[in-house]
Amino acid sequence: MNFPLLSLIVWSPMVAAIIVSLLPAQPLAVPRRAAFGLSLIPFVLSLVLVAQFDPSVGALQLTETVPWMPSLGVYYSIGVDGISLWLVLLTTFLSPVVILAAWTDIQHRVKEFMFFMLLLESGMLGALVATDLFLFFMYWELMLFPMVFVIGIWGGPRRRYAAIKFVIYTMAGSALMMIAMLYVVLVHAKTGQLSFDIVTLYDTKLTHLEQTLLFWSFAIAFMIKVPMVPFHTWLPDAHTEAPTGGSVDLAGVMLKMGAYGFLRFALPMFPLAAQEAFPIIIALSVVGIVYGAMVAFPQPDMKRLVAYSSVSHLGFVMLGIYAFNRVGMTGGVLQMVNHGLSTGGLFILIGFIYDRKHTRQIAEYGGLWSVVPIFSAFFLLVTLSSIGLPGLNGFVGEFLILLGAYRAHPTAAAIATTGVVLGAGYMLTMFKHVIFGPVTKEENKKLLDLTPREIAAIVPVIVMIVWMGVYPKPFIDRIEPTVTVLLQRLERAGANQHLGDAPRALASRDAGGEGTRLASAAHDGVAP
Amino acid sequence: MNVPVENYLVLAALIFAIGCAGVLTRRNFIVILMSVELMLNAVNLTFVALSRQLVSMDGQMIVFFVMTVAAAEVAVGLAIFLAIYSQRRTVNADEISLLRW
Amino acid sequence: MHPEHAHTAAEAVVLATSLLRWIPLLPLIGFGIGVFAASTNRRSIVHITGPGSVLLAFVVSVIAVSRLWTLPAGGAVVDNVFTWISVGMLHLDMTFRVDALTSVMILIITGIGFLIHLYSLGYMHEDADEARFFSYLNLFVASMLVLVLADSLPVVFIGWEGVGVCSYLLIGFWYQDMANADAGRKAMITNRIGDAAFLIGMFILVWAMHDLGAASLRFEDLNRMAPQLGAAAPHLVTAVCLLLLIGATGKSAQIPLYVWLPDAMAGPTPVSALIHAATMVTAGVYMIARLSPLYVLSPAALDVVATIGAVTALFAATMALVQNDLKKILAYSTISQIGYMVLGVGVGSFSGGVFHLMTHACFKALLFLGAGSVMHAMSGELDIHKMGNLKAKLPTTRWTFLVGCLAIAGVPPLAAFFSKDMILEAAFASGHVVLWFIGLTAAGMTAFYMFRAYFLAFEGESRVDHHTEHHLHESPPPMTIPLMVLAVLSIVAGWVGLPHGILWGDAWGHYLAPVLASHEAHEIAGSTVLLLTLVTTGVALGGIFLAYSFYLKSPGTADRIAERFHGIYVLLWNKYWIDELYDRLFITPYVIVSKFFWKVVDAMLIDGVVNGVGVAVGKTSDVWRRLESGNVQHYAAAMLIGAVVTCGVYWWLA
Repeated sequence: MNFPLLSLIVWSPMVAAIIVSLLPAQPLAVPRRAAFGLSLIPFVLSLVLVAQFDPSVGALQLTETVPWMPSLGVYYSIGVDGISLWLVLLTTFLSPVVILAAWTDIQHRVKEFMFFMLLLESGMLGALVATDLFLFFMYWELMLFPMVFVIGIWGGPRRRYAAIKFVIYTMAGSALMMIAMLYVVLVHAKTGQLSFDIVTLYDTKLTHLEQTLLFWSFAIAFMIKVPMVPFHTWLPDAHTEAPTGGSVDLAGVMLKMGAYGFLRFALPMFPLAAQEAFPIIIALSVVGIVYGAMVAFPQPDMKRLVAYSSVSHLGFVMLGIYAFNRVGMTGGVLQMVNHGLSTGGLFILIGFIYDRKHTRQIAEYGGLWSVVPIFSAFFLLVTLSSIGLPGLNGFVGEFLILLGAYRAHPTAAAIATTGVVLGAGYMLTMFKHVIFGPVTKEENKKLLDLTPREIAAIVPVIVMIVWMGVYPKPFIDRIEPTVTVLLQRLERAGANQHLGDAPRALASRDAGGEGTRLASAAHDGVAP
Repeated sequence: MNVPVENYLVLAALIFAIGCAGVLTRRNFIVILMSVELMLNAVNLTFVALSRQLVSMDGQMIVFFVMTVAAAEVAVGLAIFLAIYSQRRTVNADEISLLRW
Repeated sequence: MHPEHAHTAAEAVVLATSLLRWIPLLPLIGFGIGVFAASTNRRSIVHITGPGSVLLAFVVSVIAVSRLWTLPAGGAVVDNVFTWISVGMLHLDMTFRVDALTSVMILIITGIGFLIHLYSLGYMHEDADEARFFSYLNLFVASMLVLVLADSLPVVFIGWEGVGVCSYLLIGFWYQDMANADAGRKAMITNRIGDAAFLIGMFILVWAMHDLGAASLRFEDLNRMAPQLGAAAPHLVTAVCLLLLIGATGKSAQIPLYVWLPDAMAGPTPVSALIHAATMVTAGVYMIARLSPLYVLSPAALDVVATIGAVTALFAATMALVQNDLKKILAYSTISQIGYMVLGVGVGSFSGGVFHLMTHACFKALLFLGAGSVMHAMSGELDIHKMGNLKAKLPTTRWTFLVGCLAIAGVPPLAAFFSKDMILEAAFASGHVVLWFIGLTAAGMTAFYMFRAYFLAFEGESRVDHHTEHHLHESPPPMTIPLMVLAVLSIVAGWVGLPHGILWGDAWGHYLAPVLASHEAHEIAGSTVLLLTLVTTGVALGGIFLAYSFYLKSPGTADRIAERFHGIYVLLWNKYWIDELYDRLFITPYVIVSKFFWKVVDAMLIDGVVNGVGVAVGKTSDVWRRLESGNVQHYAAAMLIGAVVTCGVYWWLA
């Protein structure tokens, strides 16, 4: 086995969390500095990961397998592919940013906060790289609890309600998923091999009914996490009540776990049922896009508004994934990263201003440009990124998603495109009320502009926003091969289906080239 | 003289029933604890009797375990009662129902 | 740039160079420096870099265009910068390309852009946010250049949205007035509606191209494949053309999405001149001209284009008749003039549309800058009823403004005479007599309202209040020099497009011919052409005369007429209540439905179910938890009963 790079990435935040918990809690700078410094380690390691990653391979790479409970078929096996690579990097990238951004936001129990944030990072990373169902489920739950504590201890006034709602919603889904997982493993065990390895489980022979039921068990767990309408109501509460760091990690990485789960588990394990679910998932995605945007519009609370905008943006991600073609699905994966950056950036900035004024009510602000111009300029840029301005990251993802979705379902894509207008509607309205206009509140005149520490926290996000908008090629190049492999798997399942009530196979939806191109995609990994 | 095993069992059952009644009806914690001891010893008696009947040492081994547990239980139980008594000036089971709805 | 494309694309001779990237890059660098200057409060830097970067871009543009001219007709200068997006069948390069059409556009943008930057030096001199202003303006120029230099639709879209954002920022430049911020937001969102349609049009197009085996959105490929596309899927072509047209109506302020442009006058006047008159708003016309080979395949779509153009031209002109705000008059005039351009491309005279675009850029920039100069002198006052006899104090402004008015009215031999004539002639020749007549009526109105503004502002008696009168002054040289240059341009710009048979007649059409689709109108006799020209000129002069007699010769006539036709006057004065209509029809229902979704569906329905489940569980356990008495003896009893029952069941079963 080679150098265990992935394990180091996953475990280093865990070790960092333990180190931080052993340090003295006072002065507050100790846990802050230690956490920040230690959180840079996984980030640097994941840069190495990107360098080591072979962009021409679509399968899992840099895999590590260590027997854990071999008699039960449980292995500590991890790996990374084009779908998880950028999410891993995003996670390790956001962690130091979040710690830096939460420097003064968190004033009590700083040490515990840093401990939970690092533990959370480890949990999220583990869930992203786990290729063993058992291991995945463990990490899936591991990332849940630090977040519950972060919301419940350092959150806003309704933190307990939000934390409980969050945990129960997620657990409800997890329970379904766990039953489905065990079922798959047991069915597969009939072949004589007890295994939790997902690549092995991909080939489990399931009847049509089994596939359908199992798919929906997984799908509901992931739909809650995405979140898709109507399972989204935990999100506004969790986002609103969570402290800045929690909101950023929640928006940046945790929400992606739902969409990631579809890509890693629900689609490849149950390819037929997944394709049969096409109308429902597409409908819910489009409803999410429009509904999220509409509900975001009248929100009086900035964080709540951004939370609903996440519902809308994640609708785009799901739409892209369910386009079932390379363009759309690649766009969907890319948009996960984009959303993490722009919504994460928005939460960071809202956190900064919340630090100063201790309110998130839009009506309490106004005319900030004249008071805090640097903050306002950053806010403008991130806002534009969020509404998908070409040249910034959001556009590339949205464009690819809608383009792909247009092939899959023109009407749905056309309705989803209105999300572009509605997105501009709510974001610019918030921007107008917060940043433009006269300074109406006397106390706002004394607000201080961003400190160097805060600028240092937001600038990396801005740099990534611009980079991914102007030159997204390195990102796309690494995502696409994996997406191609996944699509081939789905297409094969569609082609093998000869039942009378056959679902519309992938190839027919993708008629005229992209489908045939898919078949030969192994040869033309690089686009013509 | 050979006492049939049934006699032992009947005696044990009686002692167990007495202990049981004590646990369920008495108010005083000390008495309840003593009743528990009665129940345990009733079981011990059964074990020993059957052990002899079956010519096996297993039952007698378990008796030692039970005796150890019983001793530990008394120690812990009395410690708890003392703590409660110093707080609430009572060892009445009816009055100590903190762990309810 | 794939070499095989270079050769297969018919007659094109392509010159590859890395020069073109500097055209948008220079203003972009200017923007970067501007941001630096704004954040560190070093205003003086932007005095150099603001106009300077655009001047350099102009110089590079001139070099690029001169290189283009060394190539045979139909050639292009191309700069492939990098691959932007490449996934699956989609391959988008960041490629810039200068051909005949683009050469016109970049010269307008950088040339007039530079003049307006220069003007802004004087105009914005006292504004503390000068650095921010110039950085936005530079960013705008860069985006606009990307728009016209792009060789594929998605790259156009970068510029397309980029200029929209710059417009948004510049309209709301004086953000402390909420009305300005509102106007900016309105512009952006209205534009976005068009942009959404633009996007859908692109999606249809790229998949249609894909089905033909050439998934590409490069203009070269689109135009080459257009005939096949038209043959394979005629309805698709119509759909694409109409969707892109909706995009164009957003950006170019045509019916039904024109409503943002009058409000956009909230921005500083140089912005109105550059963005909302000379360049950005003509992007729609540019785009239609650029895709002319596609549009000619769908006569139905072209008819819609022409109708929208003509109706907008007239509709906006009627609203301009009664406005009192000088900039609002110019705004409606701009909508109306772009209507002409759209009419031009709609009737198949793509070169005519672009020609009017070019001349309009000159004289409308001139008029706006003139208005800015008046505003500068009058401390921001824009009501033409509070002006009068400004010619005494503002001679340069007056003369240049007059030139602008003559040019827009279509008085020979000034710019719009040739360009408007070319369009109306094409409308007539293509058989759209009704549209021709609408255009003609609008031309008369144009002459009328422009001279109404001119007479009320510069001639007659002064109605300026004393306080303002006191410090009326001509603007400083940085402002008057651009005015004079633009005045000269407004006179001569039309000469490049002399009609057939006069000197270098038809040169304009020939220059653009390799790029634009040839949509041969029916030839009409020379005598008819002459007659048409005479009618148009007559109508223009009539409009001027009418304005003269209403407002200068016998003031008060206008009021009497307004009283006589009170209903119409009120209708026009309220701009047909279109804003109110849109508000009632779209915005209010949207807000109501949004709130319904939020308060009822989200908070009551979904969360009601969620919390309901929670409450139900709570209520149930409320009953059950009574069993937890806390009394240890109850538990023991329960245990005993449980044990007995279990044993009993076991015994009974056994």
